[in-house]
Amino acid sequence: MNEFWNEVGGVLSAAAKALPWIVAYVALILLLLALWRGARRLFGRGPQDAMRRTVTFGDAGAVRASPLASVLSIAAIFLLWAAFTGSVLVPSWLRAPGPFVGDGRLAYTAEAPDGARDEATVTVAVRPEGETPDIASGTPGEGFAKDDAVLIRAGRATLVKVQDNDEVTAADGARIVAVDGTAMEPGGPGLDLGWGRVNVTARGTLNVAPDPGWRMEPLWLPPPESVARRLVEIAQGGYRDASLWEHLGYSLFRVVTGFLLGAIVGIPLGYAMGLSGWFRGWFDPIVEFMRPVPPLALIPLVIIWAGIGETGKIVLLFLASLWIMAIAARSGVSGVRLSKVHAAYSLGASRAQVLWHVIVPNSLPDVFTGARVAMGVCWGTVVAAELVAANQGAGMMIMAASKFQQTDIVIMGIVLIGVIGLAIDLLMRWGERTLVPWKGRA
Amino acid sequence: MTHLVIDGLSMRFRPPGGGTVEALRDINLSLERGELLSILGPSGCGKTTLLNIVAGFLAPSEGRVALDGREVRGPGAERGMVFQQGALFEWMSVRDNVGFGPRMKGMRARERAGVVDHLLETVGLGGFGDKAVYELSGGMQQRVALARCLANDPEVILMDEPLGALDALTREKMQGLVLKLWQETGKTIVLITHSVEEALLLGARLVVMAPRPGRVFRDERLPFAAMGAGQDLRAVKRDPDFALRREEILSMIWDMEEEIMGRAPNGAVPA
Ligand SMILES: Nc1ncnc2c1ncn2[C@@H]1O[C@H](COP(=O)(O)OP(=O)(O)O)[C@@H](O)[C@H]1O
Ligand SMILES: [Mg+2]
Repeated sequence: MNEFWNEVGGVLSAAAKALPWIVAYVALILLLLALWRGARRLFGRGPQDAMRRTVTFGDAGAVRASPLASVLSIAAIFLLWAAFTGSVLVPSWLRAPGPFVGDGRLAYTAEAPDGARDEATVTVAVRPEGETPDIASGTPGEGFAKDDAVLIRAGRATLVKVQDNDEVTAADGARIVAVDGTAMEPGGPGLDLGWGRVNVTARGTLNVAPDPGWRMEPLWLPPPESVARRLVEIAQGGYRDASLWEHLGYSLFRVVTGFLLGAIVGIPLGYAMGLSGWFRGWFDPIVEFMRPVPPLALIPLVIIWAGIGETGKIVLLFLASLWIMAIAARSGVSGVRLSKVHAAYSLGASRAQVLWHVIVPNSLPDVFTGARVAMGVCWGTVVAAELVAANQGAGMMIMAASKFQQTDIVIMGIVLIGVIGLAIDLLMRWGERTLVPWKGRA
Repeated sequence: MTHLVIDGLSMRFRPPGGGTVEALRDINLSLERGELLSILGPSGCGKTTLLNIVAGFLAPSEGRVALDGREVRGPGAERGMVFQQGALFEWMSVRDNVGFGPRMKGMRARERAGVVDHLLETVGLGGFGDKAVYELSGGMQQRVALARCLANDPEVILMDEPLGALDALTREKMQGLVLKLWQETGKTIVLITHSVEEALLLGARLVVMAPRPGRVFRDERLPFAAMGAGQDLRAVKRDPDFALRREEILSMIWDMEEEIMGRAPNGAVPA
């Protein structure tokens, strides 16, 4: 129980840390809105819309996404990304300050068990990864505490065992009692050095944290250009024994195959459920039970049954789309207006003709809606399944990259997955518009 | 020879909630070929139920319906139906809607095109054949529905408040069209309406039904349809005789409604 409340506390403190950033982001949005309003007023165009409506607040029909806001929103994301990763794509004054690089200095006071105190100087060279300057310590200095020279990586807090070269070491019972003349306690608060912070750990060691700056480390978030560079590199050279197109192609192939199989079985199943009480009775319990089971929850079972090969993934996607398509087709059939069916019979249509000329076309809008949902779910499911186990695929790419902390590949993969998902949905919407233009207009 | 016979028809519904609704009790009607019968009555008196039984969508609890001596056992192309609204097929063009019946019978496309074009002209929709039905106004959609029904060349045309959803002006135009079609095709037509004026204008014969249970309250011949087919419907409405009849029937239905309200169960005030 205690652990649970600790977790809750962790979540809350993470939220509290994020809060200033969220407030700043909202402030940016509101600032730009105010600027835009002001500009419109300045150029003589009031907040009136093209339809000359005076009531716009509350009229849902008057709310249209502002293209300017969309452009600014995307621009803001890229700017923030570039600024906080120190990207070369933005001018240097827009980049967030990086971590401290240079030479720092601090002096510590050690106290020997006999009460004698001595001060020594530590020269700290803070350098980014890969740079190794000569750090020659000059004369070790007077007294039992000896001067040190250490190399610390930029932005990385590091434990510095300054006492190891002293005449009376920590093992002999000497303690660090002050830094730069300020008294310090083990586990106590730190001291600002101007170029970083220092504190004494509970075990008595100096922990030197050079100023991390405001930039994200590439390990967490690489700058846009390195993601783009990765994209070009992988598009040309592939990743892990397969080209980029093979990875994406595998994912798409699984989605399309699984979805089509699901539709081929699910649509007739839905029709049968919509048209026959026996079939509805038979399949209702199965469909209603399977519908709320997220396809991701089936991954372990499918792996046990079919392994991690193509079969398993296609079975999974088949199951993901099957229920959605069956329910969509069922509601399409149930939604047919009785007068249309009656009209068709009165015009001399047979049962088969009513099915083919009335019920099936009448259900198409619902089937299309279902297909859009199913494609979305399938795309999400395939990526998740590839995260778990696959030799190729978009999900496998980002999972493998994350194991080697290749964050740029992970981000590139996420962007590609998003773009493909969006493209799939646009394609489905286009198909809907061209194939069932009467949707919503009956 | 009688054409359409409705003989001792009764209909009781057993709604899932329990109880029985007696929608029709002992309806007897016979129609000659080419007769135009309008059925009038307050809402809930069983008009739709009666028409659905004649169309073959419902089986009566008692009695039978026969067309030319053949008993009705289900829907058939010899009894065409025009619904109030929303019975057109949105996924088909106007042309395909009208040609639906002939197509079901297996008529060839070329032959069908002739029939369809002729009918579209007749209902005043020449040139609209390739439009989608949802692009048409309500009045035009009902024209399509009429043409679709006629394309099958049925013996009887059953209309359930076909003009009920139209605005007054469109409705008047459509009344003229119904009369014109009746005159030109000589079809037997049963038309349900809740508008007294429409019932008087269009019916060569008028049946007034009373509710609870639904039954025939009055059955009479009318002169106005014959008049209206020859001349302007407005002129018919101005006829003093017409006004007199309208008042008479209106007050009859008014009385009926009063009576129903008086009998409303457990003293509830009806809306
Ligand atoms: N399927 C049904 N189940 C139960 N009651 C019904 C059903 N259809 C109609 N009724 C009842 O039968 C009566 C007649 O209905 P209907 O024929 O629709 O009347 P009208 O068309 O004259 O308004 C009404 O009281 C209605 O509630
Ligand atoms: Mg009715």
